[in-house]
Amino acid sequence: MPQDWIFGLIGGAMIGLAAAAYLLINGRIMGASGIIGSIVDRTAKENASERGVFLAGLVLFPGLAALATGTADTHVTENLAIVAAAGLLVGIGTRIANGCTSGHGVCGISRFSLRGIVATVFFIGAGGLSVVLFRHILGWV
Amino acid sequence: MRLIAAFFAGGLFGLGLLVSGMTDTRKVIGWLDIFGNWDPTLAFVMGGAIIPMAIAWQIAARRNAPALGGSFPAAPAPRIGRNLVIGSVLFGAGWGLAGLCPGPAIASITWGGAGGAVFLIAMILGMVAAPPLKQSLESGQTA
Repeated sequence: MPQDWIFGLIGGAMIGLAAAAYLLINGRIMGASGIIGSIVDRTAKENASERGVFLAGLVLFPGLAALATGTADTHVTENLAIVAAAGLLVGIGTRIANGCTSGHGVCGISRFSLRGIVATVFFIGAGGLSVVLFRHILGWV
Repeated sequence: MRLIAAFFAGGLFGLGLLVSGMTDTRKVIGWLDIFGNWDPTLAFVMGGAIIPMAIAWQIAARRNAPALGGSFPAAPAPRIGRNLVIGSVLFGAGWGLAGLCPGPAIASITWGGAGGAVFLIAMILGMVAAPPLKQSLESGQTA
């Protein structure tokens, strides 16, 4: 839809404000992979509960909004083997790289962090190649 | 107070992901699909998010401490190691394959169906498996 970019901009501003609040109030970087990753690999120590409630809000608020509107759809592929492989790659990759779209992309680039910029260039580049390979050449998804 | 603030920050993040369309894998794959029907929405999302966050970093630089105490996170050493590059390439490959990254995968879990659940479980397994791989990359051995 042509107005999609407006929703993108508004939603993006909400993401940025959330990251800003998490930094200025809690003193933390809002990186989704770090928040969940440090809980599941047990490296989160005294701040595990803070991360836990962040994740609870992250599930609950959009979940209720999606329930209210009834139009939300991830359109994720029904090929569960592809989905599982993708999930493994995302899980391993974000933890090896120490960040994902929110940590490196939003929080890193806004700080003019070279690491954030390099990571973002590589994951967007690899994402583009992945779409070309798996979607256009191999036709798996 | 810290927990309440974290809860609402997570909530606002999730609502932003939903509103922006980033929980819809078609929009994400559309952005990555530069040789197909390219969808520029993600650039607006990133721009919309980076601007308030850049202002927040400027505010943080002028303050001694966050509102609820503690300290601001120190900038990481500006070292581009192979873990950063290899990890980002693996992440990007998976991101392009399914169109989900960690934030949207968690935010959409209540309506993402079996696909969303399988992705999240596999992602968590990957995160549990990652630390030894990361260590061997950092210590200079080939993983």
